[in-house]
Amino acid sequence: MALDAPANPVVEFTLDGRAAAAAPGQLLIDACEQAGTYIPRFCYHPRMRSVGMCRMCLVEVDTGRGPALQPACMLSVSAGMIVETASPPVVKAQDGVLEFLLLNHPLDCPVCDKGGECPLQDQTMAFGPGESRFVEEKRHFAKPIPISDLVFLDRERCILCDRCTRFADEVAGEALIGFQNRGSHTQVNTFPDQPFDSYFSGNTVQICPVGALTARPYRFKARPWDLSETISTYPNAVGDRISVHASRNRILRIQGVDSDAVNWGWLSDRDRFSFEAVHSPERLTEPMGRSEDGELTPLSTSAALGAAAAALRAALDAHGPQSVALLGGAGLCAEDQYAWAKLAKGVLATDNVDACMGDGLAGETICALPRATIADACRPGGVVLLLSGDLREEFGTLYLRLRRSLMDGDAALLELTPLETSLSSLAACSLRVRPGDAARVVEALLETPRGERFAGIETKELAAASALLSERPLTVLLGRTSQAESAEAAERAAILLARAFPQAKFLPLLRRGAAVGALEMGLAPRLLPGRTTLAAAGDWYRRFWGAAPAEPGLDAAGILRAAVEGKIKVLILLGADPATDFPDRRLVEAALASVSTIIALDAFPTASSRRAHVLLPTATFGEREGTHVNVEGRATAVTRQVTPPAGVRVDWQVAAELADLLGFDLGLSSPRQIWEEAVRLSPLHAGVTWDGVRADLDGVLMPAAAPDAAAQDEAAKGEAPAELAGEAPADAVAAAASLPPSLRLADLELPEAPATPFDGYSFRLVADRTLYDKGTIVSHSPSLAGKAVPARLRLNPSDFERLAVGKDALVSVTSSSGAITVSAAPDERVPPAAAALALNTGGADPRDLISSEEPICEVRIVSSEL
Amino acid sequence: MSELESRSPAAASSVVEPSDLIVTRRRHQSGGHTLEGYLASGGYEGLRLALERPPAAVQEEIKAASLLGRGGAGFPAGVKWGFCPPNVWPRYLVVNGDESEPGTYKDRLLMETDPHQLIEGCLIAAYAVGAAQCFLYVRGEMALAQERLAAALNESYEAGFLGRDICGSDFCLDIVLQPGAGAYIVGEETALIESLEGRRGMPRLKPPYFPAAVGLYGQPTIVNNVETLSNLPWIVCRGAEAFAAKGAPPSSGTRVFTVSGHVRTPGVFEVPFGVTTFREIIFDDHYAGGMRADYPLKAFIPGGASAPWFFEEHLDLPLDKAKVDDAGSMLGSGAIVVMDETTDVPRACHNLVRFFARESCGKCTPCREGTTWLEQVLERLLAGRGRPTDLDLLTDICDNISPGLSWPPKMTTICPLGPSAVSPIASALDRFRHEFEAYLPERSRRPSSLTAVAG
Repeated sequence: MALDAPANPVVEFTLDGRAAAAAPGQLLIDACEQAGTYIPRFCYHPRMRSVGMCRMCLVEVDTGRGPALQPACMLSVSAGMIVETASPPVVKAQDGVLEFLLLNHPLDCPVCDKGGECPLQDQTMAFGPGESRFVEEKRHFAKPIPISDLVFLDRERCILCDRCTRFADEVAGEALIGFQNRGSHTQVNTFPDQPFDSYFSGNTVQICPVGALTARPYRFKARPWDLSETISTYPNAVGDRISVHASRNRILRIQGVDSDAVNWGWLSDRDRFSFEAVHSPERLTEPMGRSEDGELTPLSTSAALGAAAAALRAALDAHGPQSVALLGGAGLCAEDQYAWAKLAKGVLATDNVDACMGDGLAGETICALPRATIADACRPGGVVLLLSGDLREEFGTLYLRLRRSLMDGDAALLELTPLETSLSSLAACSLRVRPGDAARVVEALLETPRGERFAGIETKELAAASALLSERPLTVLLGRTSQAESAEAAERAAILLARAFPQAKFLPLLRRGAAVGALEMGLAPRLLPGRTTLAAAGDWYRRFWGAAPAEPGLDAAGILRAAVEGKIKVLILLGADPATDFPDRRLVEAALASVSTIIALDAFPTASSRRAHVLLPTATFGEREGTHVNVEGRATAVTRQVTPPAGVRVDWQVAAELADLLGFDLGLSSPRQIWEEAVRLSPLHAGVTWDGVRADLDGVLMPAAAPDAAAQDEAAKGEAPAELAGEAPADAVAAAASLPPSLRLADLELPEAPATPFDGYSFRLVADRTLYDKGTIVSHSPSLAGKAVPARLRLNPSDFERLAVGKDALVSVTSSSGAITVSAAPDERVPPAAAALALNTGGADPRDLISSEEPICEVRIVSSEL
Repeated sequence: MSELESRSPAAASSVVEPSDLIVTRRRHQSGGHTLEGYLASGGYEGLRLALERPPAAVQEEIKAASLLGRGGAGFPAGVKWGFCPPNVWPRYLVVNGDESEPGTYKDRLLMETDPHQLIEGCLIAAYAVGAAQCFLYVRGEMALAQERLAAALNESYEAGFLGRDICGSDFCLDIVLQPGAGAYIVGEETALIESLEGRRGMPRLKPPYFPAAVGLYGQPTIVNNVETLSNLPWIVCRGAEAFAAKGAPPSSGTRVFTVSGHVRTPGVFEVPFGVTTFREIIFDDHYAGGMRADYPLKAFIPGGASAPWFFEEHLDLPLDKAKVDDAGSMLGSGAIVVMDETTDVPRACHNLVRFFARESCGKCTPCREGTTWLEQVLERLLAGRGRPTDLDLLTDICDNISPGLSWPPKMTTICPLGPSAVSPIASALDRFRHEFEAYLPERSRRPSSLTAVAG
């Protein structure tokens, strides 16, 4: 290779007589588009393998042997290539292909949902012949057939581009649809008795270039030209970029937007179709309070706010700031989170604040660990360590991206999980770690364990995993594998890894909305906005806020325990439903019963909000504006598409009004102004402007310009920090000089090694999650609600014999703190001596077995059939 | 006895000496398909000789013999072998036994009557290119061929000609017999590879999927036709020069042709390549024996249903690849289909087009939609519901599948199946346009000047 090769080599070619340049290996179709010439296409999709099927992108290419028609989607640009995209042979070929495609395509555009945004329609207008010479009878198939609960297929409209079938096979890994028959009888269809039940089926509807695939929630709802569209962010942990389509103040559909850094245009069906909940008739629209007989009755907003303020005032006066606690906020925008952090910590001066429901990880750990991006996890040559549940169930688009990277052989996956996951078959090494053993197994990976087995894993498997770890750049996907074990094991494992591999990066997989963003905005005990602590930044924030908590507060479990002890008088629930979500049901029930006043801000009636003393209806997704921060720490725009119902407030407004009633001015007037204040005060957000976040589809990765060690390391490696906001970095650096420091790895203490569990019972419980559960949003989306199925207890097939129970038998499961009866199902993905039960599915509740005091949940299983 | 043998002309072998033959010389030998019969007539001698030489020398020998591929494209086998990128392992050898071109049944005969010759050919080819695994893909409908090949493979394994350490050398080869599922398109090498991998038989685009570079399971793969490989034992035994002497180099050796249609004795004939003329193979008594009932010849297809048609004036062309190519058609799979004066050309076209429409895999739009459209227009024409514009329409549909209607065809498709359907229509419309016009209803045949008066 030449030494003076330019940093960004380009391949020069001739496009329609003018000079053009492409990246090496770039496909001609992309290179032409980049150079300003759009080549028509149907089958080509930039996120999938090219197949060259539709023949629409034929162009004349001359590589020295004379011009020949070539599909631009299958050809990489080579130097000196001469490309004609509009010569007479090209025009003739494209006309011909369009005429062929239209031969059997029903011209039912007036009743077709795709009409108005149909690539076939558009390209026929732009490139096609004016009329058809086809006088024979068109091909007929039964009109739309449902191929799943959500998707309809109209085979007459299908132009056989292979996009949906390729997506199902190649991207989602669920080849439930495919081609059948051949020639002009070729059709896409499902296999007999096997519906297109995929978590990702909605993507096929979005990428269908005609109206062959339609989704139930949008069918016949609108014409595309009547829709208003804004780019926003779906409030899930990955922060999928979406476009929201609405008409007449109703959201009618959501589509994925191709953000290179985030979701590549994909969405899981749950997120795609959950907009239905926004318009659910069960939405809370009136503020409520308790009447004298204890019933929830409607109040005016001012009366409700007044009641809330009075309760807060009374608790503060009588019992001090520690008697007030706040749970939730993970589902909100960063601005709402900041406003509530400021109210709780700067006005009420309580540190009893937690956005997580006992299902996350300690805020300090997450803030201090070097943060990875999704791209880091998928990068070629890297190793991904999975210390989390099944990504497919909880982080759909991250699953798709990581799966693609594994399929392409780019990244290598090492799994340390209690159950097999959907990626296990692609993993380089997949180890079954018993609940509670994560830290011990990581210790074993870092040392060289002796003997045959360690923690139930063969030593040679550990050695193989260990070799994998030391080879390549490491990204740890760090979450909770199960709600039936305490977070300490995972936290200890992560800190051990971070200390052993200084270059390792961590992606904290907290599944609940913007939970990571909430921690970074201070909605966690001992934290203040900007990945900083009360100890380090208390004085800094006191300067601006007027107050800050005097002493460190409690996390969710601590708050609930304190409530049971009578120490918490007022509990504020920010869109939180601890009665459903907190893993220890007995504790949360007792706590909610003990609190004198529950102030709930929620959009829906939930098990918790129904028990509130003051209920304030709040805006949901689509109704509020702000900024979403995902697990990477990436800030992206959330836009408002519809007006919330009368009487519904946005969460930050409630915070401001409550402060006002308590006699304080939060000084917050709009999401933009809130963001700007946070940017001014927080070491993490410094330099990330409101407009900067909105200027890029990928948003801004934080910290953007913080001169911390990580950024300097990046710079030293010759890589500019990934994204810089528009602000001059010098200002940011100057401002940063006086900012409090963000948490660093060195600030973390290694949690105690959890006591080796004593196997009192024969099984360890794994409480995991499924995509479709009885969660609030799914339950209120009619198209999704039926998909939650009561869970069964999953056991390894070999354990059925050991227990002497039959398949599908009812078993009774007993732990030290409770008992349930549930039917048992064999599942190869569960290892022997483990029992898995999904949370919140409307069936038997694993939370009845879990105690937040115990590091793991051991259970005894006996047949309950006589 | 196979149906074929009983059908083959008694006269065919009477004049042609067995010593003139290469691949069909055991055709009439009783028990020639068994290992015993094969060994008795010099079988596996080529393998022994090949194993005594380095693989590169064997490859050179084949290259020198100018063994043109007998599947259709006629590309020199030795050159093809050389396209494997060096030092990329493993490599695979795939035998294309999915003979489905209408009018072609020579490979079936070779597999049925001389399976060991094919196996020996596979062994020699695999040894020369360095393949340790060979896949024998045989068309699904050829039950007897599959049966005989399976029996022969079992015999060869038992006798130590297949498996590990063959004939005491360190050369190892396994051959897997894979029956097809009845798709014409799988005769196309990349579609065959897709099918072998367990997917729908649909062609891959070349580039990047040139099998020699990126073939079966993404590895370098040599795909050879049954007849091509069956020539190898003879070439290794007798040498490249003797092979070349049989024909008219570069059309070296012999070639097996199948003659069908309106002739007295249709059948399979092995003739010196590049020497015998069409007139001889159609009219000579020891070949096809002339036209049925002495009707005059109307047209003939020289190389399978995909090839443009030839006529009276082409009869004296030798069966030589280059000369036939220059004349605007191809020898293709060696299927000569003869049509006499009684042939209704539009119906013959319809018959051929219908075949291609049904066999289109459905991948490329122009082939999937275009061939069916051609069939529909012809069907309407034959039913007496044609329009004067239909003839130009047929030509233009053809042009949209195969731009310019030139030969060799340009394609808007991945593989040549679509353009194959174009060949008969282009040939027939060019020569017999009046026959198509005769199918137009009376009313529409009026001069256009008169129709303008109406209304």
